[in-house]
Amino acid sequence: MKRRDFLHFAGIGISASLMQSIPVFGSPITVEEALTPVDVALKKRMSDVALNAARSKGATYTDVRLGRYLNQFVVTREDKVQNTVNTESYGMGIRVIANGSWGFAATDNLDDDHIAATAALAVQIAKENARLLKEPVQLAPQVGYGEVSWKAPIEKNAFEVPVKEKADLLLSVNAAAMQNGANYINSILFVVNEQKYFASTDGSYIDQDIHRIWPTFTITKIDPKTGKFETRNSLSAPMGMGYEYLVPRQQDKIAGVTTLYKGRYDMLEDAKAGAKQATEKMAAKSVEAGKYDLVLDPSHLWLTIHESVGHPSELDRVLGYEANYAGTSFLTLDKWQSKKFNFGSKLVNIVADKTQPGSLGAVGYDDEGVKCKQWDIIKDGTLVNYQAIRDQAHIIGLKESQGCCYADNWASVQFQRMANISLQPGPDNKSVNDLIKNVEKGIYIIGDGSFSIDQQRYNFQFGGQLYYEIKNGKIAGMLKDVAYQSNTQEFWNSCTAIAGQADYRLGGSFFDGKGQPGQVSAVSHGASTARFNGVNVINTARKI
Amino acid sequence: MPILTKEASQALLKKVLAFSKADECEVNVYGSDGGNIRYALNAVSTSGGVSQRTLVVSSAFGKRSGVATINEFDDASLEKVVRRAEDLARLAPENPEYVSVLGPQEYLESKTFVEATANITPKERADAVAESLRISKENKLVSAGFLENSAGFAAMMNSKGLFAYNTNSNVAFNVTLRTEDGKGSGYASKGYNDFRQLDVTKATTVAARKATGSVTARAIEPGKYTVILEPAAVAVLLENMLFAMDARQADEGRSFLSKPGGTTRLGEKLVDERVNIYSDPQNTDLPTSTWGADGRPQEKVSWIENGVVKNMYYSRFWAQKKGVKAIPAPDGMIMKGGTASLDELIRGTEKGILVTRLWYIRPVDPQTLLFTGLTRDGTFYIENGQIKFPVKNFRFNESPVIMLNNLEAMGIAERTVSGESTQHYLLPPLKIRDFTFSSLSDAV
Repeated sequence: MKRRDFLHFAGIGISASLMQSIPVFGSPITVEEALTPVDVALKKRMSDVALNAARSKGATYTDVRLGRYLNQFVVTREDKVQNTVNTESYGMGIRVIANGSWGFAATDNLDDDHIAATAALAVQIAKENARLLKEPVQLAPQVGYGEVSWKAPIEKNAFEVPVKEKADLLLSVNAAAMQNGANYINSILFVVNEQKYFASTDGSYIDQDIHRIWPTFTITKIDPKTGKFETRNSLSAPMGMGYEYLVPRQQDKIAGVTTLYKGRYDMLEDAKAGAKQATEKMAAKSVEAGKYDLVLDPSHLWLTIHESVGHPSELDRVLGYEANYAGTSFLTLDKWQSKKFNFGSKLVNIVADKTQPGSLGAVGYDDEGVKCKQWDIIKDGTLVNYQAIRDQAHIIGLKESQGCCYADNWASVQFQRMANISLQPGPDNKSVNDLIKNVEKGIYIIGDGSFSIDQQRYNFQFGGQLYYEIKNGKIAGMLKDVAYQSNTQEFWNSCTAIAGQADYRLGGSFFDGKGQPGQVSAVSHGASTARFNGVNVINTARKI
Repeated sequence: MPILTKEASQALLKKVLAFSKADECEVNVYGSDGGNIRYALNAVSTSGGVSQRTLVVSSAFGKRSGVATINEFDDASLEKVVRRAEDLARLAPENPEYVSVLGPQEYLESKTFVEATANITPKERADAVAESLRISKENKLVSAGFLENSAGFAAMMNSKGLFAYNTNSNVAFNVTLRTEDGKGSGYASKGYNDFRQLDVTKATTVAARKATGSVTARAIEPGKYTVILEPAAVAVLLENMLFAMDARQADEGRSFLSKPGGTTRLGEKLVDERVNIYSDPQNTDLPTSTWGADGRPQEKVSWIENGVVKNMYYSRFWAQKKGVKAIPAPDGMIMKGGTASLDELIRGTEKGILVTRLWYIRPVDPQTLLFTGLTRDGTFYIENGQIKFPVKNFRFNESPVIMLNNLEAMGIAERTVSGESTQHYLLPPLKIRDFTFSSLSDAV
């Protein structure tokens, strides 16, 4: 739901009036300013003002996040650049424990007096809330790292690429789609840079520089006679990379019914293919509802992993902290304690990883100063762990946090957010064709589409971008009106094959929503193509 | 306090405009003060206070425009931000769809600000939550909830002499109560401009009743059922229809309002003739801003009248191109209701399902406005005018257009908050026949 908010802000969603009530993630600034980071010594000094002020008011723990959050987006349609916006949001969030309770306050006025007053407000809120506590906050121990830094390993800072070059790329993509039969194309490039400084009373002063990029488009094809239309979205993935993601490389292309992309994306090529496929979709056969074996490409499967594995294994949901909004989880503690909860088939191994290069969730340290790592969530089909932060670690017997704490802005309080959660490749280097050749009646799905799942993550429904019928081991043409419904445990137990490492790719969410007030986060999910047998497919065609 | 008075806003914006050297310049300033408290497992979890103020400057030379922002308000910063917007405008590509800023406008008076909401203290928030926790504990339930209040202002001025100013205040409260064994769950959500209208006790009590009443839900076959959708469930489906009423999308042939041959359904009967959907910034139960961020006045607009598509909303560019009035998208939505209470709707139902809340609504097909999602936090079977037993949650696949054609009855409209977009609306509970549930969910 957060992606929609972002689009409102870009002025291409709904209207200006609805935008007023939508949280705004930043304010426009020039590129040159964005490229000059705030001096580290100054950040340390301002942080110390907050740490000292909170301590003097009675805080027993304090952390400070001094953040500069930069977004740039270039928005185009057909032959027009509709908008180019640079935004910056700069300010400080102060989180304290006082009388055993959390308190938080944030300000964008960074003179010493305002910082001290904001720290005092955070302590006041904590003390006011302490009377509503059942037990005091219990933080997992955390060593102070002293003054350290971490930078995303990017090759080319996208903010350094002139806006004109980005606009020209999108316009050439649009022209290619139009030449290949599209009636309309909307294309967008999102670029994000988080310059974050974290300081805590544990003795850490952590300076980090994080980059993300997402090029995407939607092509629309219309049949004016019938009034029918079809769309085809980009097969790109949002990545934790610089502009190098948009410089195509042959070794990053995977040939098949359509070309798919690994660590580099050929947007021009995908737009050409997309326009032709949107036309092909108009004439595609409407699917017959029933049971099918599904072969799911990573450009599609990432979202199923995100919703059915990533969210239910978040410990705050398991415990009930998200009961009022995002929901709870069917992966209750007793299932984990039993050490034999059969989440999926033996083939299913799912790993949480905050260090994976190029992923959206990779950072050096999380937003409560914990060094990042990787760990198993599902091992040989069995639930073995969750995703936790410092005040939850003791609940699952951990001596330290798993480093899953994140806030989307200095003004937002940090809380448990999803690590990169990825399906591990199959052991025997199978190819996609190996997965398809044994299928009698199936559908090969590429790209993410409609998605919905219940608040405990049992029942889900997913659509895609491209659906190919599989008949007797061979691709037999395109289908449309396809969505599949399943139950998480049943679905992952129907996993009968996973392709090898050579097919492994990342997909991801740029705007994953959670929390009250709502916050977004960006997270990747890796997978190789996988097969699921006997899944229920519905036909989504209607008449109004 | 980041909130500026009308006079102070006017003085600030005049000062900013005096720095402009562009062909056109438009300046917006807005700010807010707010606080929130979140609780779960019958105890407070996180809470906070945020205050911020922002100045946005848009400058244009011909059809080249640029936008820059700052959150410092000394004279040097004000001049700097204007120069920066002008620099960006000079570098920007020409946008053939650029439309010149509006001249002075007449606005109705906004009724969106209530002093009492602006003055809420951390203690008052904590007191309200303490009351909600008391009800939860007394009923041996586990609560999770959220209370948020904010007060803010917005002002704009441009080089053609337009000036607009508004203040607003909001409070939103929502709570989920679950039984200790996790087999029952109930929900309530309320939102107002005036904090004094918020009855935390009543809302929490409703959620408690649904939680205890929904334990040991029975599975019934998915299929087509008569449903009674409470306003919170109506909101998340109807808002998606309103969001899709953009004229350009319809004219371009890629909307549920598009027709073969390049025409639209404007002026045609789309849904049951009892359906009337409109927006009215001055409605006393749902006051909204009387102007939008681009300076266009917000007036009373009928979107669906007696089942007929009466208006679509336009960007200023598209309205100019089509030679029609540039009606902006609304800031709120009102559906005219009937006179029946929710209980009376239930009493008049032979067989049906009462739905408290719909969740995770996502588009499946924009052509037919087909959406999917699930029931949540209190779903009950009705027989012979009475709630008989709780039922397990369903996934639905349904279009609000089909739904509004299958209208059986409407209750009294009430103020409600969308659990998806957090927008506030004034909507009745609806009784709908043949609502499509496509599968069962084990979720409670």
